[in-house]
Amino acid sequence: MSDARSEILSRVRDALGAAAPTPARIPRAYRPAGEHAAGSDEVLDLLVDRLEDYRAHVHRVTAAGLPGLLADLLGGTPGRVSGRVPGAAPARGARSAVVVPPGLDPAWLAGLADVDVRADTRDAPLAATELDEVGAVVTAARVAVAETGTIVLDGEPDQGRRAISLVPDVHVCVVRTSQVVQTVPEAVRLLDAHPERPLTWISGPSATSDIELDRVEGVHGPRTLHVVLVR
Amino acid sequence: MRIALAATCIADAMFPQAPRAVVTLLERLGHEVVFPPAQACCGQMHVNTGYLADAVPVVRNHVRTFAPVADGEWDAVVVPSGSCTGSIRHQQRMVLERAGLDQEARAATAVAERTYELSELLVDVLGVTDVGAWFPHRVTYHPTCHSLRMLGVGDKPERLLRAVDGLELVPLEQAEGCCGFGGTFSLKNADTSAAMLQDKVGHVVGTGAEVLTAGDWSCLMHIGGGLSRGGTGVRPMHLAEILVSTREAPVVPGERQEVAR
Amino acid sequence: MSTFLGMPAARGGSAPDAAAPDTLAGVGRPDDPLHWGASFPDAARTALANQQLRRNLGNATSTIRAKRARVVGEVPDWEELRDAGSALKADVLARLPELLEQLERNVTARGGVVHWARDAAEANRIVADLVRAKGTDEVVKVKSMATQEIGLNEALAEDGIAAVETDLAELIVQLADDMPSHILVPAIHRNRTEIRDIFLERMGDAPPDLTDVPRELAMAARAHLRRKFLSAKVAISGANFAVADTGTLAVVESEGNGRMCLTLPETLITVMGIEKLVPTFDDLEVFLQLLPRSSTGERMNPYTSMWTGVTPGDGPQEFHLVLLDNGRTTVLADEAGRSALHCIRCSACLNVCPVYERVGGHAYGSVYPGPIGAILTPQLTGEKSDLPYASTLCGACYEVCPVKIDIPSILVELRAREVELGGAAPDTSDRVWQAAMKAASFAMADGDRFRRAARVPRVLRAISRHGVIRRLPFPGSLWTRSRDLPEPPRQTFHDWWERRARQARQEDER
Ligand code: SF4
Repeated sequence: MSDARSEILSRVRDALGAAAPTPARIPRAYRPAGEHAAGSDEVLDLLVDRLEDYRAHVHRVTAAGLPGLLADLLGGTPGRVSGRVPGAAPARGARSAVVVPPGLDPAWLAGLADVDVRADTRDAPLAATELDEVGAVVTAARVAVAETGTIVLDGEPDQGRRAISLVPDVHVCVVRTSQVVQTVPEAVRLLDAHPERPLTWISGPSATSDIELDRVEGVHGPRTLHVVLVR
Repeated sequence: MRIALAATCIADAMFPQAPRAVVTLLERLGHEVVFPPAQACCGQMHVNTGYLADAVPVVRNHVRTFAPVADGEWDAVVVPSGSCTGSIRHQQRMVLERAGLDQEARAATAVAERTYELSELLVDVLGVTDVGAWFPHRVTYHPTCHSLRMLGVGDKPERLLRAVDGLELVPLEQAEGCCGFGGTFSLKNADTSAAMLQDKVGHVVGTGAEVLTAGDWSCLMHIGGGLSRGGTGVRPMHLAEILVSTREAPVVPGERQEVAR
Repeated sequence: MSTFLGMPAARGGSAPDAAAPDTLAGVGRPDDPLHWGASFPDAARTALANQQLRRNLGNATSTIRAKRARVVGEVPDWEELRDAGSALKADVLARLPELLEQLERNVTARGGVVHWARDAAEANRIVADLVRAKGTDEVVKVKSMATQEIGLNEALAEDGIAAVETDLAELIVQLADDMPSHILVPAIHRNRTEIRDIFLERMGDAPPDLTDVPRELAMAARAHLRRKFLSAKVAISGANFAVADTGTLAVVESEGNGRMCLTLPETLITVMGIEKLVPTFDDLEVFLQLLPRSSTGERMNPYTSMWTGVTPGDGPQEFHLVLLDNGRTTVLADEAGRSALHCIRCSACLNVCPVYERVGGHAYGSVYPGPIGAILTPQLTGEKSDLPYASTLCGACYEVCPVKIDIPSILVELRAREVELGGAAPDTSDRVWQAAMKAASFAMADGDRFRRAARVPRVLRAISRHGVIRRLPFPGSLWTRSRDLPEPPRQTFHDWWERRARQARQEDER
């Protein structure tokens, strides 16, 4: 049975023949980077435009405003209550719980004192069924691509295991403006420092076009995606 | 310029009004037209049906017939067909190479390099878009697939048409969709071909045009056959037949310019 | 395995046709996913008679064509990306042995296990053994062309293992006991009402008041599959790309079912054709731009997952990669046709194909339909096929292909191969065509012979009325069934020219 390997490899060599085709020279005349710098206003505006096109919710805040925004977004998940009365505890219950990766900046969560925040780590992971009981997840990101409206997570401690940003129905993803590049090649070349990390490229909420090629947002992944751009 | 005409087999036998129009048009523009009588066919039908061995003598005849253009005896070869030009440019060399006829394959390349589809010849080589034509009719244009994609003639035919005095050019919906001819496809897959034709005929009729034009009589024969079967009254005409029409010698749609025996 | 032999006249129902537009039953699961059903012309005729199917296809393909054109149009360096993509794939094929070994080394180094499968049966056996070893009888699956090609679900079923398709369209196809009719949108032949009916009848837990609003249908699928995702022990996927120099695999998807399968189960088995490689991680920058815009017409698909072997504490802790040949090395051996292996399965060529648009995917009788199917299927099977003729050679496929596969030229090459096969063992139709082509070759290889032959159509003037011929005997009837033929002219061009030249000479002499 181990011979399948050698047989296939020898079939490949035979197929290519004695005069195996010469390896191609790759023309790389495409843009290795965009014309705008990472984090520039042009790039940020483009990202916002693309994300909104996918019907993701975009919020732009300063670092100081972040905890307040997160409190606003997560205080009453799901069915976010805007204009929440300060101090009034949101309805308790499993679905309002929020899961976070171990390395998230604790300051971000300062406004969530009265929310059930659960940490998930590689050593002590929540079971999938437990994650299914959680309403939302907050993560950071590795890089974002403006032209395609994409955010990439690489599983580092501020982003956590892949499952936590998948099973809960609301994903709040915090992106620092300096992490936003214009083009796909810029992102790939940044990620290639650690290609072994599990990567998840996210462009809007989960969607399907399987019914008459009509796009429907929200299937198995989070149905709501909040992208928070922090300057 | 001395220009050799490759009439194409289908126009020669079935639609001679198109190559005749090419002759008249080019002469009117002050050029000399030569018709090498040894010509027959470019071999496209054989190649596209997979009969490459049977294509070889046909292709050789074409290359031999038009070889003088490579020696400068003529300045160019003109073909009133996008698909035949495409076959000459992209298939003939391959056919000869596969048959091991390397020298003739090189000759084929040399001929192909000096061979032009009609709108290419007029716009690119002769540098004219206004050929002094007059054709007071409502016309729609179907860009045949091989003109469009194999040759990339772009909007040259439309530029020529827009310069025709009196002509009203109306856009064709889904113009770039194939009409379903595809040579022997129309026989081997007759039902699918007919379904494609039906859609094309519908779009042509939708324009309200009196005349449907294209740069290729093979597709025109197909769409024209559908237009006729549908009793639509829309007349198929080759681009050359419109460009040759003038106030002095107007061409009337639907009136075959028969020549007495 | 399927309960019928040979062709899927269908199990539990008839193939959809005009007479029974409300049937939910699909075409059934064939024994050979690469060769089933009637001949292309016959299957096409049946499909063309199904008005509902034609409407579904027409709407869907025109929608996706417009979307693709819009997002491709906004990329300034699209042609440069195509050039790079095409060259990268050529490079992969040229260095395939070396790159496969490199991939194997890197996957193994990161805790993955690499298996090699010469054909469908071997791949199916490997997967079934792996699943059984995990002691489970249900697996979740991400949509994958490779596993469709090898009939994995049916093979697993024979071993008592239920494979649950989790992609919405694949689920629809699976529930309806149907075959996919599109690479990317396998249920493109179904409209929303049919999908609602399939769910109500066959999903088991669909809400009884389900409407045909796409959003509601998607939510019904979400609820149906959620439980399976959360409890599955083994997942099976394909791969869009495998990076040789890092051992990274990539799956591009939209719904999140891919992420579920690639992330939650303990064991992941990926089945991948040996041509799916890219040389380096950075090369993904090319394909991640080409693929989404070409396939769903989006700037980027919602989710792309990349993983390299096993990541302790995150995702499946056991990873198997099955490298599949199943005819690919035969394709590779054909210099003229090998670029069919460049295909990244975006399906752009299907969406623009005027033939596909009208007849749909099932007419091709293969899991690979449309233009790419017409070149890949006959090459993979090596059998005589009518698929190379299922095209007008209009070239729309080549124009959109993100890796620049010259499909029309390959179709012509394959037609030549069909002619050779037909020469070796001709049937009646082969003989007719051979005779006709021989005669035409003789007549068209010489100016004098052609001049005489060109006068022949003139005899038809006898049967023309008002300048047209409306009826011809066979085989001319193939033409005149749907179109008229204009009356042939009195005088050919050759004759006109000669007469004109003669007159000119006479005038000169005078
Ligand atoms: S052949 Fe080209 S266009 Fe067709 S599916 Fe493959 S990559 Fe896409």
